[in-house]
Amino acid sequence: MITESVLYSVLLLTLLGGTAAAILYFVSKKFYVYENPLIAEVEDILPAANCAGCGSPGCKAFAEKLVNTEDISDLFCPVGGNDVMKLVAELLGKEVAEKDPTVAVMRCQGSCDVRPKTTEYQGPKSCAISAMIYSGETDCQYGCLGDGDCVIACKFDAMYMDKNTGLPVIITDKCTSCGACVEACPRDIIEMRPKNKRDLKIFVSCMNEDKGGIAKRACEVACIGCSKCDDICPKDAITMVNNLAYIDPVLCTLCRKCVPVCPTHSIIETNFPPPKVKNKKKVKENVKPLKSKSDA
Amino acid sequence: MLKTFPKGGVHPHENKLTSSKAIKKLPIPKFVYVPVSQHIGIPSTIVVERKEKVEIGQVIAKSGGYVSSNIHSPVAGTVTKLDKIIDSSGYKKQCIVIRTDAKNSSNYKEVEFPLKEKIELSPGEILQQITDCGIVGLGGATFPSHVKLIIKEDKKIDYLIINGVECEPYLTADHRLMLEKANEIIVGIKILMSALHVKKVVIGIENNKKDAVAVFKKLLDKKDGIQIAALRVKYPQGSEKQLIKAILKREVPKNGLPLDVGVIVHNVGTVFAIYEAVQYNKPLVERVVTVTGKKLKNPSNYWVKIGTPVKDLIAEVGGLPEGTRKIVNGGPMMGVAIKNTDIPVTKGTSGILVISEEEASRKRVENCIRCGECVFVCPMGLEPFLLMNLSEKGHYDRASIEDITTCIECGSCSYVCPSNRPLLDYIRFGKNIVKKLETVKN
Repeated sequence: MITESVLYSVLLLTLLGGTAAAILYFVSKKFYVYENPLIAEVEDILPAANCAGCGSPGCKAFAEKLVNTEDISDLFCPVGGNDVMKLVAELLGKEVAEKDPTVAVMRCQGSCDVRPKTTEYQGPKSCAISAMIYSGETDCQYGCLGDGDCVIACKFDAMYMDKNTGLPVIITDKCTSCGACVEACPRDIIEMRPKNKRDLKIFVSCMNEDKGGIAKRACEVACIGCSKCDDICPKDAITMVNNLAYIDPVLCTLCRKCVPVCPTHSIIETNFPPPKVKNKKKVKENVKPLKSKSDA
Repeated sequence: MLKTFPKGGVHPHENKLTSSKAIKKLPIPKFVYVPVSQHIGIPSTIVVERKEKVEIGQVIAKSGGYVSSNIHSPVAGTVTKLDKIIDSSGYKKQCIVIRTDAKNSSNYKEVEFPLKEKIELSPGEILQQITDCGIVGLGGATFPSHVKLIIKEDKKIDYLIINGVECEPYLTADHRLMLEKANEIIVGIKILMSALHVKKVVIGIENNKKDAVAVFKKLLDKKDGIQIAALRVKYPQGSEKQLIKAILKREVPKNGLPLDVGVIVHNVGTVFAIYEAVQYNKPLVERVVTVTGKKLKNPSNYWVKIGTPVKDLIAEVGGLPEGTRKIVNGGPMMGVAIKNTDIPVTKGTSGILVISEEEASRKRVENCIRCGECVFVCPMGLEPFLLMNLSEKGHYDRASIEDITTCIECGSCSYVCPSNRPLLDYIRFGKNIVKKLETVKN
């Protein structure tokens, strides 16, 4: 009895499996869609982040675009950077443009202690919505709203909200320059700037276009449009538009002359080594420990 | 059974604290701040310079296009600044600052115009007069009125509806105007009838203003073709589409205008402004503003010069009471909270509402419990909970299919939601984005 039932079930299942295999084989032949095998190969090279930083909806779509377009010099994967694009170029035998790696920078320093709150916002926690209703909780209508749309948009955990300042912070090592935060910010505060060597950057960390007095009253570290930086810049890299200075990253040679002249400290330098102490200043340094003691 | 629109609507506490207070003249402010963008459409272009002397009623900003409007100086004085000043939108906008001339006080002596019933101008001249005088819809949307009067040949208008509904709680500006200037409003209606060649007019008034209904009933002959429709009290009946549906049972098509069903709607405030413009050549330089709030000492209605800072109005009613949390430009349902009291009254300011601490705070947002209240009250037949989710998650294509753009932003959904969900905030946001995407597509 037992052998019989085992035999029947084995036979039945083999028959079922065989039929199904035959149907599947027929269907796969009949409805076969040819896809360029290169697409899958290119997709393997791409970082598979699906961030849409390249402009295509995902890595697969971008791979298709790379394979199907003749001239791919306009296309660039910001996450993979030059290394990935070189591999793609080798595989496809096409030429790609080389781009300097960029990184996102936050151009607002209006933390709670320098930019006093004048109103309170109670609506949904979203910069896009609060920007639609009014100019924000402070008197600066250009600065960060602090509801963190950029942090939500970042798919690489490269941003977080600093609870003390109420401003987003960008972790430059993790930033892939996909540009999602730039798009998410309703105030256009975040900008993509070249990463340079050792991530050295100098930029004006303010978006306030008001006249000096009004800007300063709204925020202590606002650019007041005094154009001192513009005067001192040896390379004409700084332009003044609507009471706001802007440093052109292409022309800027990172000489740092503009940083100390800014009266409101709105020009920021990042990752520079601390300034070399000259002999004269060494005397002063000796005094320092005393000071810190008194502070403590 | 009184008429009303069939679908949706809410009935908030009316709180019409000022309905028995006669409209007073507000003292002329020392400075007026006149924004150049007080209407829907293209901002006007400034035609005065700094330090220039201006007369009352002089054009200080010319209409910037077809859907735009002239702006006149509300006072006699000197232009001191052309600067950017925060207006009720919360953003800095171009403004003309005028210092009133204290010495030349006879310049702005208030004139009471006697009733003038005979209409002397032809329809073409009436239209020109309304355009020149910068009349815009005073119900709140501030749509330039002359645009509504130019009707293409393929459209036929058979009804003119006068909107005296004032469904917003607290506000009584239109109510008082109807009581005090009923004769003038009727002349204004006749002016519009001759300009539009319309024979039938209905004045829609909600039944919480029984005195206004009675005043009009007494004054009107049946021969004129002007009817009164007393309507059941329901918000948002003052919205054009709902009002037409309530009175004439006609439905304005999706993304269409009242013109498409042969109707034109004007607010009573606008009709009065048109009367003054046509009969006395008086530009739109002042309007009725209700200054109200439960804690205010002396809430009342005022004739206010355009450009008067809100703080002057608040000083007039006895200052800000303690524990004030919010000052709202407009009514509690559609109004927007303003950033400070320096912002000026514009052509669209129908009321200033002062709200105390306990009434102003938003309650904690809970999860949607799928009760369907928002769907039940939506006067446009939309599904607010769905639209909110779609715009929150960024599914704008689907939101567009679900007709997010037909939302009239009345806020009934947010008002009834038992979970205090910010439905309107998200829908308004999604609506803006969908509109932007659609304009890009076209």
